[in-house]
Amino acid sequence: MIEMMKRKNRPPISQSSSWTADNGTVVSRRRKSARNSATAYLFLFPGILVFFVTIIFPILKSFQISLYNWKVLPGIPSPFLGLTNYTRALHDPIFWRALVNSGFYMLATVPTQILLGLLAAMLLNDRIRGRGLFRILIYLPVVTSWVIVSLLFLYLFAGDGGFFNWILKDVLHLASHNIEWFGSRWPAMLAISAIGIWKGIGWSMIIFLAALQGVNPELVEAAAIDGAGPIRRFFAVTLPAVRRTTTFISMMLVIGGLNVFIQVYLITEGGPSGSTEVLLTYMYRQAFSFLDFGYGSAIAFLLTGVILALSGVQWRFFRPSDNE
Amino acid sequence: MIVASRKRANIFRITRYILLCAGSVIMVLPFAYMVSTSFKKHTYLFESPPRFIPKEPTVSNYVQAWTGNNFSRYFLNSLVVASISTIITVIFAAMAAYAFAKFAFIGKRALFVMLLTGLVVPTIVLIIPQFIIAKHLHLIDSFAGLILFYIGGNFALNTFLLRGFMEDIPSELDDAMKVDGANSWKRFIKLYLPLSRPALATVTLFSFLGSWDEFAWAVTIINSESKRTLPVAIALFHGQHATSWGLVFAASVIALIPVFIIFLVAQKHFVQGLSMGAIKG
Repeated sequence: MIEMMKRKNRPPISQSSSWTADNGTVVSRRRKSARNSATAYLFLFPGILVFFVTIIFPILKSFQISLYNWKVLPGIPSPFLGLTNYTRALHDPIFWRALVNSGFYMLATVPTQILLGLLAAMLLNDRIRGRGLFRILIYLPVVTSWVIVSLLFLYLFAGDGGFFNWILKDVLHLASHNIEWFGSRWPAMLAISAIGIWKGIGWSMIIFLAALQGVNPELVEAAAIDGAGPIRRFFAVTLPAVRRTTTFISMMLVIGGLNVFIQVYLITEGGPSGSTEVLLTYMYRQAFSFLDFGYGSAIAFLLTGVILALSGVQWRFFRPSDNE
Repeated sequence: MIVASRKRANIFRITRYILLCAGSVIMVLPFAYMVSTSFKKHTYLFESPPRFIPKEPTVSNYVQAWTGNNFSRYFLNSLVVASISTIITVIFAAMAAYAFAKFAFIGKRALFVMLLTGLVVPTIVLIIPQFIIAKHLHLIDSFAGLILFYIGGNFALNTFLLRGFMEDIPSELDDAMKVDGANSWKRFIKLYLPLSRPALATVTLFSFLGSWDEFAWAVTIINSESKRTLPVAIALFHGQHATSWGLVFAASVIALIPVFIIFLVAQKHFVQGLSMGAIKG
């Protein structure tokens, strides 16, 4: 091997004819691959450059910032703190409460979105009348901005004279009095989770639909001819076919759930008195209200670590068509 | 036997329609109530029982939002920022996807892992370092700062979806053009881009909506009132006039119109673009 490399680096001129005959292909393949790489990099360059500056570098930078008492104002030195910001988080009760709230949101929204999204996808998988319209209507909340959705539901959940209280109290008679949805922690978290589910079902529906279209219809027919009812067909044919998609969706939703932010920021602002604070509203407040960029970054970097670890586990189960 | 199974099929069909209609109503009702409120006068807000058809419908909220509260300006800002970000990010992502799909190059695996990292880490988590970087680059309070970070934020997902799609384009077509002497740029423009149209429609929709709806980054770096985008303007407007729901919703409806139009135009390609891209079975 080493012998070969030496020979490649310094081609003996005297034996040139026999040498090129044997090794010419190797050299030209190497050259070709280098030329290929150059062309590929030309195509990659602009996008990857922006991607590095705006995503990859910030991931590393957030770890660096988290080790300092970071000062944004120019001219003021930032003292190095080591891991102090991290130990501070572990002893900060509001951090833990925020973690519990983010976790609650995740547990409340992920299974519901998967079940309802799969249900909607299955109902819409056959060529039925009005399929396109139903698909559009269920997907509408997904394309609506979080700002509009948050304000709209703040209005609908209003305590006195709000739409949902009217339904619960005057139509369904489930409540004896108006509920102050955002007046205390758990009703607020419940309402915020409900908004997340309402906005997210369309997304998992569309991904499930894409997966279901890949299911061979002959398989379903064969099962039907064999006398399998709709429930048996679901477990025997449909469920195995969407297993990987379900893993993919649950992973994306878990990550999205842990990162709940705008609706809390706009609706409760973490209140009343910090009781509905979630990880990212807490991070945001640390940085942009208290200018404690170091502590905010420590929270963000902990979350990034959790996300990457979860995704690492996920990629072991779900490998996309990645064969290179 | 046949009668029984047909009866069962009928029950199944009716149940399906009942479920779909109920689901659609739940999805649409909040929007309907928003639109209806945007046509009401102040005095009719928070009526119990709620009224879906306004008693005296008025467009005054729309007129006031559009002219008196500068929403025409914010609309234009959002349009400029979202359009430029979308065009650039789709071009960059298509180029990168072509490289990932059709070239063997040095460092491919490492770059792909980075792409996946960008795919799973939500940009909101990076808002602190992004802010510090934007400050260094003097991009605070500028459209360029919004556009640059929107391109970066959309790049990974777009590249990933387009790559999956381009991989499925048969190499025979590519080889045929190669024999005719077409270089890789020509093949990219004449062959890969036209054949990827469904996937391009999907990523264009995603990118445009992502930039049009984006709030956290814009509210963080934009300070000047004249540079606000629609989501920022609507949120701050609500903060200042908490009780003017008619106005807030009129502005929201204005912000939603282009979203719905683009969605309706692009949605035909939508499921196809997704199913042929990343998520196969």
